[in-house]
Amino acid sequence: MARAAVSGRLTRRLSWRVARLVDYRDETPTARTLLLDVAGWPGHSAGQHVDVRLTAADGYSTQRSYSLAAPADGDRLELTVQRVPDGEVSPYLTEVYSVGDPVEVRGPIGGWFVWRPTKTEPVLLIAGGSGIVPLMAMVRARRTARSRTPFRLLYSVRSPADVYYARELARPTRGDDGLDVTYVYTRSAPQGWSGKPGRIGIADINRGGWPPEFEPSCFVCGPTGFVETAADILLALGHAPGRIKTERFGPSGG
Amino acid sequence: MGVVSPGFQGRPRTAGPQLPPGQYLIEDFPVLSAGPTPRVSLDEWEFVITTETGQVHRWSWPRFRELPGETPEVDIHCVTKWSKLGTVWRGVSLDTLLAEVDTAADFALVDSYGGYTTNLPLEDLLDGQAWIVYEYDGADLAPEHGGPARLLVPHLYFWKSAKWVHGIRLLLEDEPGFWESIGYHDYGDPWREQRYQGD
Ligand SMILES: Cc1cc2nc3c(=O)[nH]c(=O)nc-3n(C[C@H](O)[C@H](O)[C@H](O)COP(=O)(O)OP(=O)(O)OC[C@H]3O[C@@H](n4cnc5c(N)ncnc54)[C@H](O)[C@@H]3O)c2cc1C
Repeated sequence: MARAAVSGRLTRRLSWRVARLVDYRDETPTARTLLLDVAGWPGHSAGQHVDVRLTAADGYSTQRSYSLAAPADGDRLELTVQRVPDGEVSPYLTEVYSVGDPVEVRGPIGGWFVWRPTKTEPVLLIAGGSGIVPLMAMVRARRTARSRTPFRLLYSVRSPADVYYARELARPTRGDDGLDVTYVYTRSAPQGWSGKPGRIGIADINRGGWPPEFEPSCFVCGPTGFVETAADILLALGHAPGRIKTERFGPSGG
Repeated sequence: MGVVSPGFQGRPRTAGPQLPPGQYLIEDFPVLSAGPTPRVSLDEWEFVITTETGQVHRWSWPRFRELPGETPEVDIHCVTKWSKLGTVWRGVSLDTLLAEVDTAADFALVDSYGGYTTNLPLEDLLDGQAWIVYEYDGADLAPEHGGPARLLVPHLYFWKSAKWVHGIRLLLEDEPGFWESIGYHDYGDPWREQRYQGD
């Protein structure tokens, strides 16, 4: 990771702002997209995240990081949260948190794992589970900017029912020409799908990715083990380490 | 107190005098880094200290391993809010490595194989506060945790403990590292929750 590639030095203080839930959409039985209104939101780039702070009536509070799922749209933010069984924060955000309720957010955070529409080299996005969230922000940013940069998305899910943004990814949205989506199913595949369910491997990345000679920017996001595997395969296939960016959603945010 | 979210109760995890504010205890060891894990062979590995006048001090792996080792047992605190208590490492104290180095520098910019950098005041590397470690929990340091060797500065957030450490540049003026130049705090004291610039 070359330091020269880092831009957007951020010196202003990141303050906590009140966000209110405006609307939500269930993506899957265990994941919900939250539409938040944050007065005075400064804007962000695709790939950045926010920290969300929750405070209980007795004053106890805790924070977690969540990727921004869509490009900036005025004061509107979009997050997609996967419910982690026995988690502290995600069950609240996906089940209890209601329209009109406040949480606090600060951000945007992160200037490394970002894609900017001024970039023209091909892009390979590799998502595992909820790791699709910041990558979807990139797909949407590409569309909003009418970028024609070729994108390939390789999306690993347990089963067809676990696909986030399924409709948006399934039928080509206006502006999404040049975006190819390939799925990897780890437990059960849809009918008529050729191949056996299993974890992402060299063949998947060979088929659904770009050859290293095309010098694509690679973004890999998902649980730690998934990211390690996918990044190692990219290296083995000959992609330069400096063109592989990773974001790991560990269970405890680590 | 922050803005209350109706219906949120939280499930505070173990806290205690050993835990900085906002941190919670974990037992596993999460992996966090910005790119793929570099694999550095021991034949090519070296540790290099460069002073502000350009003087270079270099250790190959065999020479480095001949230096007296220490076994620090320390608590570590990640900016993503997990802490791990009583972790046991083995490595060489920066006091040993810097003993022969003649410098007037106040700052250090640490660099890693793979291109990562992080900055810290030189005094935070001295007086038994920092090590270049090559073992964790009695075994060789795994590549995903920074092996063959990483910096260990337990009193600062763990992003300062650069994995796959390659060297240290001693500087008269502070220069931000990788995360520090994109908004993370220059110092990173977990007890003062110095996560981002301005905290
Ligand atoms: C940069 C970044 C971006 C992220 N973006 C997203 C996103 O877009 N969408 C998303 O869904 N998630 C995202 N995450 C993950 C998210 O931050 C949370 O980690 C996740 O929502 C789980 O939080 P939780 O409070 O529900 O679970 P936690 O309470 O943190 O627990 C998670 C799991 O780990 C176990 N666990 C962890 N620590 C302990 C402990 N001390 N003792 C016992 N058990 C423990 C729990 O039992 C549980 O099974 C992101 C993380 C990062 C770092």
